[in-house]
Amino acid sequence: MLELKDITKVVGADTHIHPTNLVLERGSLNVLLGPTLSGKTSLMRLMAGLDKPTTGTISFDGKDVTGVRVQDRSVAMVYQQFINYPAMTVYENIASPMRISGKDEATIDREVRKAAELMKLTPYLERTPLNLSGGQQQRTALARAIVKNASLVLLDEPLANLDYKLREELREELPKLFAASGSIFVYATTEPQEALLLGGNTATLNEGRISQFGPTIGVYRKPTDIITAKTFADPPLNTIELTKAGNVFERQGITVLPVPEHLAGIADGPYTVAFHPHHLSLTRPHATAAPLKAKIIISEIAGSESFIHVDCAGSRWVMLEHGIHDIEPDTAIELFVDTRHLMAFGADGRAIGGSAGRGA
Amino acid sequence: MEKTWNNKAWFMVLPVLVLVAFSAVIPLMTVVNYSVQDTFGNNEFFWNGVGWFSDVLDSDRFWEALGRNLLFSGIILAIEIPLGILIALNMPKKGFGVPVCLVLMSLPLLIPWNVVGTIWQVFGRVDIGLLGYTLAALGIPYNYVNNVFDAWLTLIVMDVWHWTSLVVLLCYAGLVSIPDAYYQAAKIDGASRWAVFRYIQLPKMKRVLLIAFLLRFMDSFMIYTEPFVITGGGPGNSTTFLSIDLVKMAIGQFDLGPAAAMSLIYFLIILLLSWIFYTVMTNSDAQN
Repeated sequence: MLELKDITKVVGADTHIHPTNLVLERGSLNVLLGPTLSGKTSLMRLMAGLDKPTTGTISFDGKDVTGVRVQDRSVAMVYQQFINYPAMTVYENIASPMRISGKDEATIDREVRKAAELMKLTPYLERTPLNLSGGQQQRTALARAIVKNASLVLLDEPLANLDYKLREELREELPKLFAASGSIFVYATTEPQEALLLGGNTATLNEGRISQFGPTIGVYRKPTDIITAKTFADPPLNTIELTKAGNVFERQGITVLPVPEHLAGIADGPYTVAFHPHHLSLTRPHATAAPLKAKIIISEIAGSESFIHVDCAGSRWVMLEHGIHDIEPDTAIELFVDTRHLMAFGADGRAIGGSAGRGA
Repeated sequence: MEKTWNNKAWFMVLPVLVLVAFSAVIPLMTVVNYSVQDTFGNNEFFWNGVGWFSDVLDSDRFWEALGRNLLFSGIILAIEIPLGILIALNMPKKGFGVPVCLVLMSLPLLIPWNVVGTIWQVFGRVDIGLLGYTLAALGIPYNYVNNVFDAWLTLIVMDVWHWTSLVVLLCYAGLVSIPDAYYQAAKIDGASRWAVFRYIQLPKMKRVLLIAFLLRFMDSFMIYTEPFVITGGGPGNSTTFLSIDLVKMAIGQFDLGPAAAMSLIYFLIILLLSWIFYTVMTNSDAQN
């Protein structure tokens, strides 16, 4: 169990990590989800012991390890760049952590071959990393992390520099690879999709703060605040400032949306109403969906899906629609909001009422 | 589609051809011309075949000078490459120190050869030079004019002072291009300082080191100005390198034929050695 207690990291005048508490269980997969510069790498460096926190303590299985150097902890890390020893063969690269820890030759050979087999590197053991493809280089780095048998495995956007197909393949294998080891697994990513595919737990990070931590699907479905909801939305979350008056949400006295059943209980007043792009559609998805007038800004075709950017009630929204919809800009259209999935956030950004349960 | 031929394109490369012709091909061919002919003045030339070449290759004078060249280049490379790496490793990677160090390192490179020679010639003089006078006052016998060892020492110190910076700058460029994650990964592995150097920094510097090595070899093998300014090739013939001998022969004695033959041999030696170094170093790279 890795426990971060009131951790902060301040470098010069910049606060990289605001007071953070986090408990990661043994054998768990934890995703750090957040945009670039949100503090994912800073937090990982603190967990690894590469940096010392400015304040707070880090403990592992109840033992304080705050000041312990990284080489004296049981940590393995894989980076976005493919980091291997350039002049060593793949075999020697995989063997390197075990050589430093002084394992005997027979054990090293067995472990290297096992990891290479697992990572499909057996034919390349005698090559140097420069003579490998990007995917193979990253597999080598992963194999090095595997043989180390560390109790904390940190993966810092390990698949970001790989092409789509390799990424899918490795993403599928990764959780399985480390599941058996019982180590704590931390995976940083900027992509909500990746977090959802990996499962496990997710901590959403924003500007050096963890906004929410819990089972991935729970964080996605029930964001406790608007920052979490925005971090966990791709394409971006659609929002609009509305005032609840009785059973309608209105804007400057004009009714925009009906208040759905799950939000009926909240007090009248101003809210930020939000919903995911796939809850906006060109055709009525459900009897209760609310129609709205909108103007097309641009349509982007992504294979079998279309991202349609619209101007609706003074807000710029994105609609994720199946099929190819190449609509001319400035066309006036009618679109539908599936109000069953509306989320409402108060002025402080906290999720209000039963809204959170409907976020998906 | 029909391939279109436009012969006007040749005119575009004409300026380059003319430039290269005048700067390289014509002078080189003139030298080749001299090397196979003999003249007794009056602009009369007689065919001499490979006579001059065999004369040069048979003379002790040539082999002694070549030996001095090889010894000098060997010493220079043995000092400047490790020293350059060492300094580059200890230069700051970020902050205020970087521009300061870079400027300090570039300064010697901006000074022309003959000025460096003059600086050290004065610096080392026993009567008025700061270094020479100080050493004399300390009771250390030092005189580059009549002591062979002192003359060589002065030349080597001069060259190290002048050109180690080049190796430093090249190595430094190689070092700063290594992503920070490599050092982090090594730290997590618990790799020692030596292991980081041996398995990360050195392999990553390999290419720039090859360039530094070749540049320093070629340059030191062509040494001329420094010994010319300091002692003019003395004491005795102790610092008469190939280039100095060549100039003595061509301009001092006006033996154009042998001088031309010698300069061609000199040129081929540099070409051959550079090619050998390059092949050896790139091959060892490919094998790894």
